[in-house]
Amino acid sequence: MTRAFAQHFGVLRAVLRRMFASKLAGFLNILVIGIALSLPAGMYLLLQNAQGLVAQFSGTPQVSLFLAMNAKAEEVERLRKQLAQHPAIASAEFVARAQALEQLKQSTGLADLIGGLEKNPLPDAFVIHPKPGDVQALAGLRDELAKLPGVELAQLDSDWAYKLEALLKFGRLAVLILASLLSLALIAVTFNTIRLQILTQRDEIEVSKLIGATDGFIRRPFLYFGAMQGLFGGIMAWLIVTVSLLLLNLPLHELSQLYASQFMLHPLSPGDSLSLLLFSVYLGWLGAWLSVARHLSQIEPR
Amino acid sequence: MISFNQVHKRYPGGYEALKNVSFDIAEGEMVFLAGHSGAGKSTLLKLVAAIERPNSGSVLVHNQNVGALKGGALPYLRRNIGIIFQDHKLLFDRNVFDNVLLPLQICGFDHRESGKRVRAALDKVGLLRREKSHPIALSGGEQQRLCIARAIVNRPAILLADEPTGNLDAAYAREIMAIFNSFHQVGVTLLISTHDESVLQDGGVRRLTLKEGVLL
Repeated sequence: MTRAFAQHFGVLRAVLRRMFASKLAGFLNILVIGIALSLPAGMYLLLQNAQGLVAQFSGTPQVSLFLAMNAKAEEVERLRKQLAQHPAIASAEFVARAQALEQLKQSTGLADLIGGLEKNPLPDAFVIHPKPGDVQALAGLRDELAKLPGVELAQLDSDWAYKLEALLKFGRLAVLILASLLSLALIAVTFNTIRLQILTQRDEIEVSKLIGATDGFIRRPFLYFGAMQGLFGGIMAWLIVTVSLLLLNLPLHELSQLYASQFMLHPLSPGDSLSLLLFSVYLGWLGAWLSVARHLSQIEPR
Repeated sequence: MISFNQVHKRYPGGYEALKNVSFDIAEGEMVFLAGHSGAGKSTLLKLVAAIERPNSGSVLVHNQNVGALKGGALPYLRRNIGIIFQDHKLLFDRNVFDNVLLPLQICGFDHRESGKRVRAALDKVGLLRREKSHPIALSGGEQQRLCIARAIVNRPAILLADEPTGNLDAAYAREIMAIFNSFHQVGVTLLISTHDESVLQDGGVRRLTLKEGVLL
């Protein structure tokens, strides 16, 4: 057991020595893999952040029910009772037009502008918190409420969030396609690196076969090389993404302060980082495996 | 130990290298394989190590039909056979020590045991003081001895040598033959191909002679 372990460890050490024997070539390969992986990883990270933003806003969908400007007090009262009894509604909150104007003044800092208005342009409104349901149910509720007498307009506040969600879905698909293509590129890079190595070590492979090396023994260093190159490429990609993120966060911080917000891009989670590394190790290993399977059988001692 | 029974070997293209060859070599025997270049000596040695396969007939090594051996079993056959190649097949990207170490790495020997064995093998062929040298810096005779050290480090039961004295002058050739004789004395089975008359003069050694693929 320890002997087998020592043997594998020895192979690993030899592979690392070989990888850094030609520092520039090794580094360039790792850089290419790192850049190829950092593109989908970076886009994925931006999407994750956008999704967090959406979740923040769309967590509690609301329906705003704007009444006609000339709605009378008894109409409002009747509506309030109807809404309170509606099975799909958790709670309904009446916002009188005067109160709405006051809120608008305070929250937007447009007091001067609003003070200059001749009369209150805002209608009475209900803010309705529906019971949890899917998009269709909420849209149905909105349509139903819009038909109630005295109601001018029913608006689903989370509409834009759903639109953004649909946009994110599109983005995720784009990332998936990009990631697939660049994964293929990574496999191709490793395939070619290993192909060149096999060619330069033709003599060693031939002699090894002649003196009783199993295919596993001959394959092992190449597979390790592919996996290690993938690992270093993954680490490079992680560094590229993380450093880019830190650079982006500086101006983003200034920008979000202007909007009195605390929005920051979050870095890759430990789970995602680990996935990135494992994925790149796997791709490197796969590229090496394909290359070895393709080229090693062509070297038969004569 | 080695047994050929009506072996034919034809290369793609139709060239008949061996025709109806049959012989037996007992365990611990030393045998010369004589004949001119192109007589089929190399082909015969390659059949023993399953580097080539016979078209018909059977090649038995250790009572194993080598010609029918599956790819996965080949390495284990070859670990038991030391081969001294005509063109040495040394690796020029590593030093003498590491060249001899390779068969032990392949069999998975541990580090300390390997070191001892490599030095014992180098000592046997008189290259112990050159262990740090690179093969390119060795003379032809030294390269030949390095090839022998690599073939025996694994202590195989069978040793095959293809023209081991081919390009060497008489003094070097005698040295190499003395080394082979010492292996013979410890019970190794040896099959040595040569067209070198001075070597073949060595008394008391059985001789198989090939001529145009036929055993005389």
